[in-house]
Amino acid sequence: MKKILILSGKGGTGKTTLSSALIRLLDAKAYADCDVDAPNLHLVMEEENEPLKSDFLGLPAAYIDPAKCISCDLCRQNCRFDAITNINGYIVNDHACEGCKVCTLVCPSDAIEMVPRVIGHLSLYKNGHVFSTAELKMGSGNSGLLVTEVKKHLYVNSKNADIAIIDGSPGIGCPVIASISGVDLVILVSEPTISGFSDMERIIKTSEGFPAKVAVCVNKFDLHLENTEKIISYCSENGIPFVGTIPFDKDASSLINQGKTLADKDGPARDSIIKIMERSMKILNEGDN
Amino acid sequence: MDTNLKIAVLSGKGGTGKTLVASNLAKIANRAVYLDCDVEEPNGHLFLKGPVLEAFDVDLPMPEVNLDLCDYCRKCVDFCAFNALALISGRVKVFDKICHSCGGCKVICPQNAIEEYNKNIGKIERRHYDNVDVYTGILNPGEESGTSIIKKMMTTIPSGYETAIIDSPPGSACIVMDSIEDADYCVLVAEPTTFGAHNLRMVHELTKVFNKPCGAVLNKTNGEEDPSRIYCMDNNVPILLDIPWRKDISDYIAEGSLVVEKDKELSESFAALLERISQEVQNEKNTYTQR
Ligand code: SF4
Ligand code: SF4
Ligand code: SF4
Ligand code: SF4
Repeated sequence: MKKILILSGKGGTGKTTLSSALIRLLDAKAYADCDVDAPNLHLVMEEENEPLKSDFLGLPAAYIDPAKCISCDLCRQNCRFDAITNINGYIVNDHACEGCKVCTLVCPSDAIEMVPRVIGHLSLYKNGHVFSTAELKMGSGNSGLLVTEVKKHLYVNSKNADIAIIDGSPGIGCPVIASISGVDLVILVSEPTISGFSDMERIIKTSEGFPAKVAVCVNKFDLHLENTEKIISYCSENGIPFVGTIPFDKDASSLINQGKTLADKDGPARDSIIKIMERSMKILNEGDN
Repeated sequence: MDTNLKIAVLSGKGGTGKTLVASNLAKIANRAVYLDCDVEEPNGHLFLKGPVLEAFDVDLPMPEVNLDLCDYCRKCVDFCAFNALALISGRVKVFDKICHSCGGCKVICPQNAIEEYNKNIGKIERRHYDNVDVYTGILNPGEESGTSIIKKMMTTIPSGYETAIIDSPPGSACIVMDSIEDADYCVLVAEPTTFGAHNLRMVHELTKVFNKPCGAVLNKTNGEEDPSRIYCMDNNVPILLDIPWRKDISDYIAEGSLVVEKDKELSESFAALLERISQEVQNEKNTYTQR
């Protein structure tokens, strides 16, 4: 199975819009949403059946038994995440606790226990295709681990699919690194703004350590032609394949609001995505056979 | 940080106009400090421009094993909750990308073989633009978590500003919480789409965890009923401001300009927005003291 990941460096550039259109055009039988902080793909890819849901357990959190605590303050002093406070007794702030267990190590009276916690849930849809997605409970860490789980769910359940489309997460942090690992091609969706440009540079740097091929396209390119030119020449100077531009389509939002993709409406946006798809598939298959 | 009014600007995802709202609010305020906590993609300084006046490194303690003292007992390896240590061909190796700097291995090592050194993970830059002191947190590419940069920004910023604007990271993950813990008010920026409404719900729930007063700014609206507006009405989130989708606004943003400097009407709207937030926070504080 070939795996294509769509990334953007920042949100709102049209990552999910492109992912959903590619899923339609390629008739992909396997796809996933790795934006576990704010998953959106399920809003476009309407599913007939309810998903199989499972809990995602994070690292256990510390719990202090007030009956055993002798208020020595050692746990608070040693917790580097400021998760322990002393207000009428020692308590652990669940949101801040990273589960490192250091407090259990220093507590002289065995008052601290590590207790399991659910920090999100995974959903798997199987409707003749496989769609893996997840949602992290707000305020939880470990999105990188959850991204890895989402991908594992996808791969294990879709062994026969030829192609998988993965909607990545915004940013350059741990969830993005977790989403890049193991994919064959990263398509970077940029936008013609100065922030779009600087985000693109950062994500290209981030992906350099991985074997995946990287290609760039620009969404809403006609909103600022000069910046689009800048992105294209950056790509050619740095030997990064540029796979195309998508014009601004004022109907895009309303299409998505109806649960449709840009591939479902004839027009320049659809045509340009088809070109991006063709060029990307060529890059993906280069060096094969 | 001792400031009269601390406003966190949030959005369920990037690209909704969070930086647009945050940077323009800072410009319209009298004496403001702008804290860009979006450490993975800090973009506020592209609008609030200026040369870097100061830069502070942000370091984290990282364990280092003294191989002369280590007797390979594995205690540290077994303890590390993040699997950041491994015993490889008779040597303890630290994977510093996944190490959380908890310090546990140092505590547990019976041989005192673990020392800590400071590893740079990013920096904070200070600029000055007109009435605004601009602090930008920047995470080095390839680093996993910018939480410590945000913590440092929130604790080391000098006081004496009238208004602090906190440009939070997108999403609703743990890293966002550090940026809003301290705030008096949360501005939720949303787009008029199904995605926008979905993400708006997520950040709205986050503000409920902290019990913060909040209101919404709807960006790129077209005058129609949209899922985000409906969400606000159904959930009693006051709509503070509508920013219409307009080609000229999108051009200003693309070229890195502040809209309050370009458009008189928007400048008045942002001033009214700040005034309203300040009123609401005042009311909140009053009811609080009355209780
Ligand atoms: S487990 Fe670690 S982060 Fe959690 S309270 Fe204990 S020392 Fe702090
Ligand atoms: S280290 Fe143990 S005994 Fe001491 S304050 Fe913490 S919980 Fe209580
Ligand atoms: S400091 Fe903590 S996270 Fe880092 S290696 Fe030691 S035990 Fe593991
Ligand atoms: S705990 Fe100390 S002595 Fe034991 S393996 Fe780790 S570094 Fe070496």
